[in-house]
Amino acid sequence: MSTTTTRGVAQPAPAKVSQPRPRRGLRASSTFNFWLFTGPFLIGLVIFVFVPIGWSIWLSFFEARFTVTPSEFVGFDNYKQILTDTNFRNSLVTFTVFAAFIVPATWALSLGLALLVNRLRFMRAFFRSVFFLPTAVSYVAAALIWKMSIFNGVRFGLANTVLGWFGVDNIAWLANPDPPWYWLVIVTVRLWLQSGFYMILFIAALQNIPRELYEAASIDGAKPGWQTFRHITLPQLRATSTAVILLLLVAAYQAFDEFFNLLGKATWGQPPLVELYKMALGQNQNYGAGSAGAVVLTLLICVVTLLQGKIMGFGRGEESK
Amino acid sequence: MTTTAPDIGKAAKPAKAKRGGGVMGSTGLYIATGIAALLFLIPFYLIVRNALMTDPEITGETWKWFPTSIQWGNITEPFDDVTVDFAQSLWNSVVVAVLHTAGILLICSMAGYGLARIPYKHANKVFYAVLVTLMVPTAVTFVPSFVLVSSLGWVDSYRGLIIPGLFSGFTCFLFRQYFLGFPKELEEAARVDGLGYWGAYWRIVVPNSLNFFAAIATITFINGWNAFLWPLVIGQDPSAWTVQVALSSYMTNQTVNYHLIFMATAISILPLIFVFLFLQRWLVQGIAQTGIKG
Repeated sequence: MSTTTTRGVAQPAPAKVSQPRPRRGLRASSTFNFWLFTGPFLIGLVIFVFVPIGWSIWLSFFEARFTVTPSEFVGFDNYKQILTDTNFRNSLVTFTVFAAFIVPATWALSLGLALLVNRLRFMRAFFRSVFFLPTAVSYVAAALIWKMSIFNGVRFGLANTVLGWFGVDNIAWLANPDPPWYWLVIVTVRLWLQSGFYMILFIAALQNIPRELYEAASIDGAKPGWQTFRHITLPQLRATSTAVILLLLVAAYQAFDEFFNLLGKATWGQPPLVELYKMALGQNQNYGAGSAGAVVLTLLICVVTLLQGKIMGFGRGEESK
Repeated sequence: MTTTAPDIGKAAKPAKAKRGGGVMGSTGLYIATGIAALLFLIPFYLIVRNALMTDPEITGETWKWFPTSIQWGNITEPFDDVTVDFAQSLWNSVVVAVLHTAGILLICSMAGYGLARIPYKHANKVFYAVLVTLMVPTAVTFVPSFVLVSSLGWVDSYRGLIIPGLFSGFTCFLFRQYFLGFPKELEEAARVDGLGYWGAYWRIVVPNSLNFFAAIATITFINGWNAFLWPLVIGQDPSAWTVQVALSSYMTNQTVNYHLIFMATAISILPLIFVFLFLQRWLVQGIAQTGIKG
């Protein structure tokens, strides 16, 4: 792959060239071409995204167990059922607790790693790769390592081994909701998996901060370290920070893999998607209630995204002041 | 492999000299980074350690950092295991991840190009329809998607595993943004030479966008290989399991065979480590780009 040459071709700065006006008759051809290019995607989008969403909304008003062609209209009963379902409500609480831990923790850790790596003079690429490497690992594999080796509740688990050196008794990390040690397991596995990814975003943003700002600050007598970080770096990272927080929130909403694999059949600490999975594809195969749950979750995500968008918008306004 | 632009590396130096940390400061920096790096590497070390030990050593009274003798024979064990067809699941993952990546690149790049470049009076409406889907994460629609796919009779098939995932509004959006920034002059020259949109796209635009395609391909491949929820839903029969579903099934098995499980995990991660190390340049680029634009 001759990347250097292709780059060279793609790079030239776009000089203003007067656009050749599309000739008459080209209209039809460009309409045809538009559909030629976007058609396959749009057909798939309709069949595999819009139809399922519509079907889901439709199903959510019907009694539908073990069947996807229901006949009995039940109005909002499925919604009532799901919103009064203790498991589903607990799963929303679980999500809230989870997000409250994982979002700030990942934000801080990935920013911290980016600051560290960005200040290195030697071996920068090496350390960046080390922190980034977990991005390649699946949630299933990571859950397996955490459950079977690090936080194995028996004596030979790594965490219990280390605690044993200090005379602490074995802890049943996942098998017991009280005290809720399982949170430590769940939060650390996701921290390990996703921090490197967001670190890359922060590194890219850090490198876009104009150096003159730091020079100006040092002339004004700002002490390097906390002061410059607080008054220059952090405000400059605002757009990236909000984007990262939004991505983290949505990702937390969609948590499934590690909960499903770490907690298995446990009744505690299950997030919304796991509850939906159990409801729709478990023993009862209740598609009606499952669809109602999916609609509720989708609406919640939309609200969160829109709110966040609003806040982001405000943030931008302030920045430009 | 330094993806960080070289001028940035240079730019950081004078600033550092001013920070006045000196030798002490930079030693502290390296110690902190080193400790963090060790913590990040522990899980990888545990996979290798457990995969190459015997079970009695793993479960022994005293913690052993390294196996007394490396059990190379463990490598074949996941393939000999009769309870889970590990070889089949690996093959399924290869097929799914490769076709998933190829399909997404083809379909989403074409759609992105159409939206970015081909004038059509309803193009905006179409674009909004794509944007709307960004608000509805596919992970939430797995129940209705499953209903649809099962009524098509695609459960337990490659079609069911691959096709529904090909229509990613987000990837289409990224391609559109990228093509909007692609220099128009190149295409116009091609058009003057008599190429249509189709010809210009395949002969000019795609060959000059390989970096971007490689970035998206790397991310898509990793996501395809690591996907769990959808393959779990679709793979009702063990013959349709991907490697992630197979790994998950080890965790619920009654008998725990530690070295086998960790060897299987190691094998499942290995292809991605290769992808990762060789394509890191594009991976980083792609993430930086998606992060900025997303």
